[in-house]
Amino acid sequence: MSILINKSTRVICQGITGKAGAFHTKGCKEYGTQMVGGVTPGKGGETVEGLPVFDTVIEAVEKTGANATMIFVPAAFTADAILEALDAGIKVICAITEGVPVLDMVRVYELVRKSDAVLIGPNCPGVITPGECKIGIMPGYIHQPGKVGIMSRSGTLTYEAVWQTSNLKLGQSTCIGLGGDPIVGTNYIDLFKRFQSDPQTEAVLMIGEIGGTAEEEAAAFVKKNVTKPVAAFIAGRTAPPGRRMGHAGAIISGGKGTAAEKVAALQDAGIEVAASPADMGQAVSRALSKPQR
Amino acid sequence: MKIHEYQAKDIFRKSGVAVLRGKVAASAEEAAAAFKELGGPLAVVKAQIHAGGRGKGTIKRNPQQRGVQLVRSAEEAGKVAKNLLGQELVTIQTGPEGKTVNRVFVEEGCQIARELYLGIVLDRAVAKPVLMVSSEGGVEIEKVAAETPHLIFKEHFDPQVGLLPYQVRKLCYKLKLQGPTVASAEKFMRALCRLYVQLDCSLVEINPLVVTQSGELIALDGKLSFDDNAMFRHKDLAELRDLSEEDPAEVRASNTGLSYVKLDGNIGCLVNGAGLAMSTMDIIKLHGGEPANFLDVGGGANEQQVTEAFRIILSDPNVKGILVNIFGGIARCTTIAAAIVAASKAVGFKVPLVVRLEGTEVEEGKKILRESGVKLITADDLTDAAKKIVAAVKG
Repeated sequence: MSILINKSTRVICQGITGKAGAFHTKGCKEYGTQMVGGVTPGKGGETVEGLPVFDTVIEAVEKTGANATMIFVPAAFTADAILEALDAGIKVICAITEGVPVLDMVRVYELVRKSDAVLIGPNCPGVITPGECKIGIMPGYIHQPGKVGIMSRSGTLTYEAVWQTSNLKLGQSTCIGLGGDPIVGTNYIDLFKRFQSDPQTEAVLMIGEIGGTAEEEAAAFVKKNVTKPVAAFIAGRTAPPGRRMGHAGAIISGGKGTAAEKVAALQDAGIEVAASPADMGQAVSRALSKPQR
Repeated sequence: MKIHEYQAKDIFRKSGVAVLRGKVAASAEEAAAAFKELGGPLAVVKAQIHAGGRGKGTIKRNPQQRGVQLVRSAEEAGKVAKNLLGQELVTIQTGPEGKTVNRVFVEEGCQIARELYLGIVLDRAVAKPVLMVSSEGGVEIEKVAAETPHLIFKEHFDPQVGLLPYQVRKLCYKLKLQGPTVASAEKFMRALCRLYVQLDCSLVEINPLVVTQSGELIALDGKLSFDDNAMFRHKDLAELRDLSEEDPAEVRASNTGLSYVKLDGNIGCLVNGAGLAMSTMDIIKLHGGEPANFLDVGGGANEQQVTEAFRIILSDPNVKGILVNIFGGIARCTTIAAAIVAASKAVGFKVPLVVRLEGTEVEEGKKILRESGVKLITADDLTDAAKKIVAAVKG
């Protein structure tokens, strides 16, 4: 078992005829993902990587039975692409594209949250269930099937955590990059719920960063609802207030969202906090060897 | 993207948000002429910089002079403008070095009955824009939020529907605004919320928002910033950008598709990914060093970008060593290694360079570095890299 995706997930790529879309469709296919087609308006009938291209998502769903999508369309069209996937009944939507206007996401967010579909991203590396299905841009080979569920707002920092847990032979159940934008489709709590009820996942690693209050809210949720071991890391402990560090979210404003506040909330919830980014894998090991909460 | 007060007020006026009459001036003569043209018995001369706290801020070389001053004659307007223009204004938001004043805004006065606060931002927790108002205008809103949060009132709104009249009435009730002021507030607040959506703003802030003695709401100050990601649909707004307000190295970085923030330490950092870049700064500090910058080369970094990244890092004279930390995903280690070699030939490193590579094509990447003859220190993991660069910088 895993969460969100597995070996029977059937995936299309929206924006498959673009450079990034084609490149990563190939990568996912090589990893073993069941890539079944792609969508680019106006290019229906073509093929990319041996896969059929359709003009609309609904046509792709009807002809291929797709139930997941990865979106590589340009930022200006991403909101529309997400809504098209939603309308076509796709259940797992991964928006990889970065630079989506935030007000576009306000509109999308409300509709996605009212539906039974899951949106991962935008501005994210995607989601992977090692050995079964990879939807996104992460390097597949660093992963290893195993017991840790990993979620993060940051791409390369997730790779770092995956690498550390693979080296410790813990492996991963499912890894999700939530996305670095102010509004993303899925939050930590949504995934804690799924990891808690997934038999393969024995521990969860949450990688957060300064800014906002999502990590504090997640900590409160864990305290009440999660019985599995949890480890966490907060990036940006040394970032100066008022300066935005790449991710739109990573800014300490008005004294809120500091690393110290977040670490305190996490520890209060019994979460094992990694002191350094080199310590994330070990923090999971420590959480696993602690007595059950 | 931020813009100046005078530009924001121009947008306010066109959008039906009440402002006072004013003229922008780039010289003492223009400021004096603006005073005459406004024709009133008094006016306010306001320094135009991209930072708040101007009223309490002072000119670095002339601490008597504040960033905002009331004047009663054309001569005085000219004199104050002369004191401000070309000088560094230091406010709580500028840092000790201050920001150079290139323009002043000369604005007519008005009869103030009350000073309020108004702001519109995105509330990430509910994924909706929120209009915030407070009875405590004219002071630092962060202070109000920390000490008297019950004096800040909020209404979320749907971008497509906008702020509804009943929401304005709720806010007016809490602010104790009455009679004709409620009608004025409805027009004012709804126009601002509309503007926030139509122009893809990331911030609208008016502090103070004044109630005049005749009961009308007027934006006495105006701060607007826009979502950079939405600028593609607002080509006209791009003209309002003032590059002189931005850090030259940061502008250079953004032109190359890099994300760079200058900091005060001496260890330059070149990393792919924002989260890993922040973590790299953290681990340097954990081992007793001080990062000189945040630099994210992004996912698809190429040779030209990496070369430019090194140039930008080395343009900071404080940099005594550089740490490269790359976890190859889409960006292959071979690409990065080749770029480091090319950059070292183009730029020439006079400071120690520690390189940690991991991920896609790592072995080939390390081989490229070994065989290049470039003088560098390799590191096996994050901790090793941090220890080595901190030691190298301490010499």
